[in-house]
Amino acid sequence: MSTTLKNLTLKIWRQDGPNGAGRFDTHVIDEITDEASFLEMLDILNEQLIENGDEAVVFDHDCREGICGTCSLMINGQAHGPERATATCQLHMRKFSSGDTIVIDRSAFDRIIESGGFITAATGGAPDANLIPVPKPVADAAMDAAQCIGCGACVAACPNGAANLFTSAKISHLNLLPQGQAERYQRVENMVETMDEYFGSCTNHGECEAACPKEISIDMIALMNSDYRKAKVKNRKALSRT
Amino acid sequence: MSMTLASPVLDSKTPDGPVADKWDNFKANEKLVNPANKRKFKIIVVGTGLAGASAAATLAELGYQVDAFTFHDSPRRAHSIAAQGGINAAKNYRGDGDSVNRLFYDTIKGGDFRSRESNVHRLAQVSVNIIDQMVAQGVPFAREYGGMLDNRSFGGAQVSRTFYARGQTGQQLLLGAYQQLARQIGLGNVRLFNRTELVDVVTIDGRCAGIVTRDLMNGEVTSHAAHAVVLATGGYGNAFFLSTNAMACNVTAAWRAHRRGAFFANPCYTQIHPTCIPQSDDFQSKLTLMSESLRNDGRVWVPKMAGDTRAPADIPEDERDYYLERLYPSFGNLAPRDISSRAAKRAVDNGQGVGPKQNGVYLDFADAIGRLGADVVRERYGNLFDMYERITGENPYEVPMRIYPASHYTMGGLWVDYELMTTIPGLYAAGEANFSDHGANRLGASALMQGLSDGYFVLPYTISNYLAQWLNKSIPDTSHPEFAKIEAEARDRYHRLASSDGTRGPDWFHRELGKIIWDYCGMERTEAGLDKALSEIPALYEEFRRDLKVTGGEFGLNQTLEKAARTEDFFELGMTMCRDALERRESCGGHFRAEYQTEEGEALRDDENFAHVSAWEYTGDATQPTLHIEPLVYEEVSFQTRSYK
Repeated sequence: MSTTLKNLTLKIWRQDGPNGAGRFDTHVIDEITDEASFLEMLDILNEQLIENGDEAVVFDHDCREGICGTCSLMINGQAHGPERATATCQLHMRKFSSGDTIVIDRSAFDRIIESGGFITAATGGAPDANLIPVPKPVADAAMDAAQCIGCGACVAACPNGAANLFTSAKISHLNLLPQGQAERYQRVENMVETMDEYFGSCTNHGECEAACPKEISIDMIALMNSDYRKAKVKNRKALSRT
Repeated sequence: MSMTLASPVLDSKTPDGPVADKWDNFKANEKLVNPANKRKFKIIVVGTGLAGASAAATLAELGYQVDAFTFHDSPRRAHSIAAQGGINAAKNYRGDGDSVNRLFYDTIKGGDFRSRESNVHRLAQVSVNIIDQMVAQGVPFAREYGGMLDNRSFGGAQVSRTFYARGQTGQQLLLGAYQQLARQIGLGNVRLFNRTELVDVVTIDGRCAGIVTRDLMNGEVTSHAAHAVVLATGGYGNAFFLSTNAMACNVTAAWRAHRRGAFFANPCYTQIHPTCIPQSDDFQSKLTLMSESLRNDGRVWVPKMAGDTRAPADIPEDERDYYLERLYPSFGNLAPRDISSRAAKRAVDNGQGVGPKQNGVYLDFADAIGRLGADVVRERYGNLFDMYERITGENPYEVPMRIYPASHYTMGGLWVDYELMTTIPGLYAAGEANFSDHGANRLGASALMQGLSDGYFVLPYTISNYLAQWLNKSIPDTSHPEFAKIEAEARDRYHRLASSDGTRGPDWFHRELGKIIWDYCGMERTEAGLDKALSEIPALYEEFRRDLKVTGGEFGLNQTLEKAARTEDFFELGMTMCRDALERRESCGGHFRAEYQTEEGEALRDDENFAHVSAWEYTGDATQPTLHIEPLVYEEVSFQTRSYK
């Protein structure tokens, strides 16, 4: 049954806008039930702050079911906190015996998808769905990759600030499927190059995999690298023919 | 208190011909815009969920200039992402007797004969195209070993027509539509405005001329003009405060349009899902859905004795009430959503509720584990059991789950005609934001189908029928004084809210409002209760206007201010919801009026007096809107009583 945590001390990173000076603010919650989720604990803190006339802590969140990928907290130095395979919004206070919060600009992820994270298929011209058989193991592997929620924990956890796990998850999802073959090599080149404009380089630390709330495997990075290497040869060949 | 019935009745603009031919007849006769002229038209799409993303991407592919708006950081966050179970389509890949007509009929019956026949038939027709389109885009639907698509069955149907991607169908479909939209953004055909919220709709000379938005990062209010505006802004289930909806889901866009003249249809049709994790404390922010599929193997029970606080294992078999099996022997634990929900409520109201707050019923897998073994149960439901344990701290392999119904989906929404146009010319509503296809109750796996149907296969056809008349004619731009006026009103509103200096934050008011709506306009409604709600909500609203406290200022990112504005709109919606529920003196689907039930306690429809859509016009007082009627004419099907005994 539920117990309570007393004198929960939170040190929260806050700053006024992207260019404002940052600081750690300390807040104390006198008592909280361990039934509360981590974000409900922040809701309670915010109601307390508003009633005292202070500005509420701003944090990103939405579905609270671990699927939309909006929440993005670093808790005790870990992206999404201490529980494995769990997004912040599904983390409960019983896993604590305190984090920095801030709204993150993750629009670079959208730029990566815009550069090639799709299969070109304009609405209306699709053939019957069963005309494109997909072997079950292939569909399952594509789904393993497609589960990525785009939360950015992999980048936050990476000492280099690399986005290879995110990018490779989308590339693997589409490049594994028969529908994705036509654009396979162009896709990997465009997406990797867009990724490189925004993010650091991967040096195989594996911190991304450990932080990922959807347990995306770093095998996806190997798949991406392999396709990228091939793309460099294939597209030159294609270019030489023109 | 008098009801005003405005005339004439609403014109749904349903095309001529037999139901099965209407959509083809429409397409054969509609006005088109030629490809070279499409780029002369600007269309605004608000919302980037399944309906919004698919509409924006398709309209851009066709050549229109599209501006897409989302209040999220990225289009991919929309709440469509949380749908678990699947998407229906009349593909008949099983050869089990499915057809467009079968899906059409199941949807009409599931909606308890309160939806528009022509729209539902079109939905069933285009359902097959949706699956083709999503597969072409690389959605990793579940497959069989031969590589063909797999199906599962769902409630309210006798065929297997549900396509799925593990327990994350909504996520995969949304990512598919988002990627298609991303391609158009990358090509420069769609301009994306993220973290931007619609705060008002602008009408000039009787047509929708554009919208006014607020940039959530800096609080700036700006105007956007267009030839047409599509609202794909989701449902209003968060009116109850506690629901399975995402935290940011709100009614603001639809309600602001309603205040500017768009009628709001059937607001009292809300769906309460029976299997959610019960509330654990007063600070709870949302309820989590546990897939309906659990009821295939779980048995629902409560202690026979009220106030029994023994651990479940200490309650002997003969002191347990397996009430669904007892009351509905032929459907048992798989009775439909509305019926199972009400039965759980009755048990808890009788004092038989379980758990620390006695606010749940058991969903027990002990028999299934005994019969099948824990491994088989883990294979079927492992991810759900893990999620349950993460949230409650209890292991459902050892202790029965505790569940209770929660608000999940809203069938009501902006009134739209056959072309998905609201009562404001040039303003469209798509997906959960409109009212059109589900009647008084939605079937499982049909929400995804409707969102994508509207966005991919309906709007792109119907919108040209309106746009054609504006070719080479000038429309007002944002320098028109009406834009300046509405911008000023929006700024004043946010300024007023931001300077609120009472004692309580917006969440407190939202929670209290939600309790009133839940108690009196939730699973069971009565005339006395609704009257009470219609006096309590305005009283609480007065208190909100007087005692709200918002900190953080008018400009810059201020989530407290955002919530304050959304809560204000929920207040007005709540009043109209209760008015609608009061005036609908019958029970149908998700709307159960205690006064109108059969001897066995089932919903009792009144087809003679209520076979119509109730569309409400804003009058300035949300408790006293003006009622407009759209009669529901059934040419293809005839009224029947739903029975699940």
